Amino acid sequence: MAAPVLRWGCPGTRWVLAWVGGGYRRGASIGSTSNPTREQSAVAQKPLHTAQKPRKGEHKWEAVVGLEIHAQISSNSKLFSGSEVCFSAPPNSLVSFFDASLPGTLPVLNRRCVEAAVMTGLALNCHINKKSLFDRKHYFYADLPAGYQITQQRLPIAVNGSLVYSVWGGKKPSQMVSRTVRIKQIQLEQDSGKSLHDDLRAQTLIDLNRAGVGLLEVVLEPDLSCGEEAATVVRELQLILQALGTSQANMSEGQLRVDANVSVHHPGEPLGIRTEVKNLNSIRFLAKAIDFEIQRQINELETGGEILNETRSFDCQLGCTVPMRDKEGKQDYRFMPEPNLPPLVLYDTTSLPAGADSQQVINIDQIRDTLPELPSVTRERLVQQYGLLPEHSFTLLNEVGLLEFFQNVIKETRAEPKKVANWVLNTFLGYLKQQNLAVSESPVSPSALAELLNLLDSKAISSSAAKQVFQELWRAEGKTAAQVVSEQKLELMQDLEALDQLCLSTMEGHPQVVMDVKKGNSRAINKLIGLVRKATLSRADPALIKDILEKRLQS
Amino acid sequence: MLGRTLREVSAALKQGQITPTELCRKCLSLIQKTKFLNAYITVSEEVALKQAEESEKRYKKGQSLGDLDGIPIAVKDNFSTSGIETTCASNMLKGYVPPYNATVVQKLLDQGALLMGKTNLDEFAMGSGSTDGVFGPVKNPWSYSKQYREKKQQNPRGESEDSNWLITGGSSGGSAAAVSTFTCFAALGSDTGGSTRNPAAHCGLVGFKPSYGLVSRHGLIPLVNSMDVPGILTRYVDDTAIVLDILAGHDPKDSTTVQEPVKSFILPTLTDVSKLCIGIPKEYLVPELSSEVRSLWSKAADLFESEGAKVIEVSLPHTCYSIICYHVLCTSEVASNMARFDGLEYGHRCDINVSTEAMYAATRREGFNDVVRGRILSGNFFLLKENYENYFIKAQKVRRLIANDFVNVFNSGVDVLLTPTTLCEAVPYLEFIKEDNRTRSAQDDIFTQAVNMAGLPAVSIPVSLSSKGLPVGLQFIGRAFCDQQLLTVAKWFEKQVQFPVIQLPQLLDDCSLSLENEKLASVSLKQQ
Repeated sequence: MAAPVLRWGCPGTRWVLAWVGGGYRRGASIGSTSNPTREQSAVAQKPLHTAQKPRKGEHKWEAVVGLEIHAQISSNSKLFSGSEVCFSAPPNSLVSFFDASLPGTLPVLNRRCVEAAVMTGLALNCHINKKSLFDRKHYFYADLPAGYQITQQRLPIAVNGSLVYSVWGGKKPSQMVSRTVRIKQIQLEQDSGKSLHDDLRAQTLIDLNRAGVGLLEVVLEPDLSCGEEAATVVRELQLILQALGTSQANMSEGQLRVDANVSVHHPGEPLGIRTEVKNLNSIRFLAKAIDFEIQRQINELETGGEILNETRSFDCQLGCTVPMRDKEGKQDYRFMPEPNLPPLVLYDTTSLPAGADSQQVINIDQIRDTLPELPSVTRERLVQQYGLLPEHSFTLLNEVGLLEFFQNVIKETRAEPKKVANWVLNTFLGYLKQQNLAVSESPVSPSALAELLNLLDSKAISSSAAKQVFQELWRAEGKTAAQVVSEQKLELMQDLEALDQLCLSTMEGHPQVVMDVKKGNSRAINKLIGLVRKATLSRADPALIKDILEKRLQS
Repeated sequence: MLGRTLREVSAALKQGQITPTELCRKCLSLIQKTKFLNAYITVSEEVALKQAEESEKRYKKGQSLGDLDGIPIAVKDNFSTSGIETTCASNMLKGYVPPYNATVVQKLLDQGALLMGKTNLDEFAMGSGSTDGVFGPVKNPWSYSKQYREKKQQNPRGESEDSNWLITGGSSGGSAAAVSTFTCFAALGSDTGGSTRNPAAHCGLVGFKPSYGLVSRHGLIPLVNSMDVPGILTRYVDDTAIVLDILAGHDPKDSTTVQEPVKSFILPTLTDVSKLCIGIPKEYLVPELSSEVRSLWSKAADLFESEGAKVIEVSLPHTCYSIICYHVLCTSEVASNMARFDGLEYGHRCDINVSTEAMYAATRREGFNDVVRGRILSGNFFLLKENYENYFIKAQKVRRLIANDFVNVFNSGVDVLLTPTTLCEAVPYLEFIKEDNRTRSAQDDIFTQAVNMAGLPAVSIPVSLSSKGLPVGLQFIGRAFCDQQLLTVAKWFEKQVQFPVIQLPQLLDDCSLSLENEKLASVSLKQQ
């Protein structure tokens, strides 16, 4: 079975896996091709960086990419107030006195947010600081009512972690290699409100529903070198957060927001001046924006220009980054300790004070015990338990709901897991992609596919008939596989004598082909097999036909 | 009746000698009469009368809520009061009506107290005279007292009487004036660097600053979050203890309040001070200290000693750095705290709408006075990345040293420190405004702000009248969270010194005041 397994998504669907060549073969953009293209060709077709072809007499360029990721904490209430957290509620309907910064109001830390931060820190192999501090970061903006954001600048809740991600590449392009990006810190902080600029009427409308919602800011060390790597890392982080339940991490709803710091330099030389690229609201744009920015900086430097330490935003319509006008000059955030919040103290089982009220203290060890299975472990398990290829395990996790679909099919079928995986990842996923559907929108249920695979497994139908059945299931929702098979008479011919007769008559009808076979043209037998299958309306097992034909030809 | 202690009035209410409504009306009438003092920004007459009516119903049913039921109180206008304008004496908050009560206000109302109104202050409590608010300065009731007038006639200097009134001190000057003119029995002040103790000293009152974390700050519009505490102003130490007993304790809305349950603050009567150790910090003997205050301070020390207490000189070596360090920390937090006043969500907004930035700038220029703007400016300077280490961090380190000074002294066996509260008695307004706010604050907070830096409880107790016939207060400083011990000592001291009651014949003679504990102005400290 050599069908393409891992594909670039169709427009609007999730991107699957990065493909990064060893060292400098990088730069495939996230394609929006409507025909699923194999990655290999995507890489070959789209060399992006001049880095790939250094000019004569010049060093090649190397890009350095660091990410700051803001994940909205999945919590019923905000970080420091009791206001509800809910996406798309009527404007300013979820605003407490504190959120509107009424004078005299004070922050009260939300326990759930702290637990989410600890859990995320543990999942990302961080050191959890038993004591962390809150700071105020000052800037004037209409959607920041207090004039400062409460964050953790000096002593964040978690530090020194790592995230392992996998990319294609290494010695053979079909291999997956693991890489690690270091995590500098995870800090708890408040989200801001939203500003809606009405240019026509020259006014700005403010919605404070989001103001004060808890965020985890995950700061990565600049260990990445291209858009694809960044995209892979963000996708892996997204999966981890979703597995933990600490964030829904839905980028389109702004629950996961990424800023990228990008610079280029010649290997061995000091790092270049970096720019910060903001407004990256999908993984696809993230990769595009970073790759664009790298290319822009290289072009700039090669034509004698210079890179400014500036904030740029990605224009997803034009596909390029542009300087942000409201960030002129260097901002001085005038950080200051938040005086209204005492240090956040966490405990582990050994440091837990005797007789401590479990509602008042947070025990890191207790949270560690409740960590769910992380995506990397799930993949490992899929490979171990079902004998899947590692890349299959990636695809199963990357597509929302696909793993669950796969496991539900497995539960109801006798078919071999590998075979199930092939069907789910090729046929099923292919149909979804073609019609730009999510797994949850599939017209074929796991049970329907399981029944089909059972028919195939018991050799009641041929695999080509199975494809036909699947197509029918997809088209005519609600029918069972058995119904389709009987309606369209797709059962395999079980009558050996009749099949033998058909073989015989086919041979008689095509003496030239028979001659070719006998002359030793081994391919000619396939033609005969095809002819017999046609005569059976594809209802016979080709292997069986081959057996019969061979016997006949020898006799 | 109005001159009685809180417990006495409470008993009178219980016995039906007076009803809450009668009491309330008496106070309202006094507020009316003393309007020229400018003690109140808002008089909440309707609210108070309604509360009095409800209180009266409870008394009739014999279901009094406690000692504070039916007792008139006043609240400094930087505490949020639901439905009642809260201005901080600033254009920025003129017309701002909070939708919630500060925790301390709520606690008082829950006890049946009657809210007479919101008292005047320096804008956003930045000042030490109660002279720098948008509603004008507060006049010290002692300017009009028999005691002061008589002394003044002895030394006439040809000054016009009307223009030569005295300041109350500040920034809780409105609360001090309100209590000292009997318009209420207790008032809330706030104390960041001495703002409760300073006007208490100038107005002959008990001014108490609780330990940081003992009383909730929720709803107190902040000056310096790490130093602010709600303060209590009363005429008697026992009254303060009754109010503190209601206010103290953990507030889930203020994470900096103590988690542990607090004990009752009702004070025992101390008869024996022989086990006490009183510390006299030598660094508080500064050249600027008036000779009169200095001599009263040493008399007070002698008094303790003569009654058997151990009185020792102690050292708080970092005291001299305190005021400058306070200045850095205070302005930095001010810069931060004032950032929210941008005209968007509440408060003043200018008419300029060219851009958001232009709107911010004009709103803040129009909304804040020079003092506030000046502090914002210096605070932002100290917080700049290039200055942060040199100013803010250094000031924080010095703050720790100052706090440690106190810890060391208390660890050496000292129970309570005794110091002056102010350099001298209240000065005339015209004299006071010769110096700018910053200079005045630096002078006037000299003995008081170190306590805020260390988070300790402190109380100013009126001791005696000066030769000018004006009150002088002394300060007691206690161990952190030993507020009760501190007040117990203060109560003993109060009893010894028998501070005279203010005599305001022109104002009060027709109010049928039966002032108790009325003493002659000449009675001061017991002589040995």
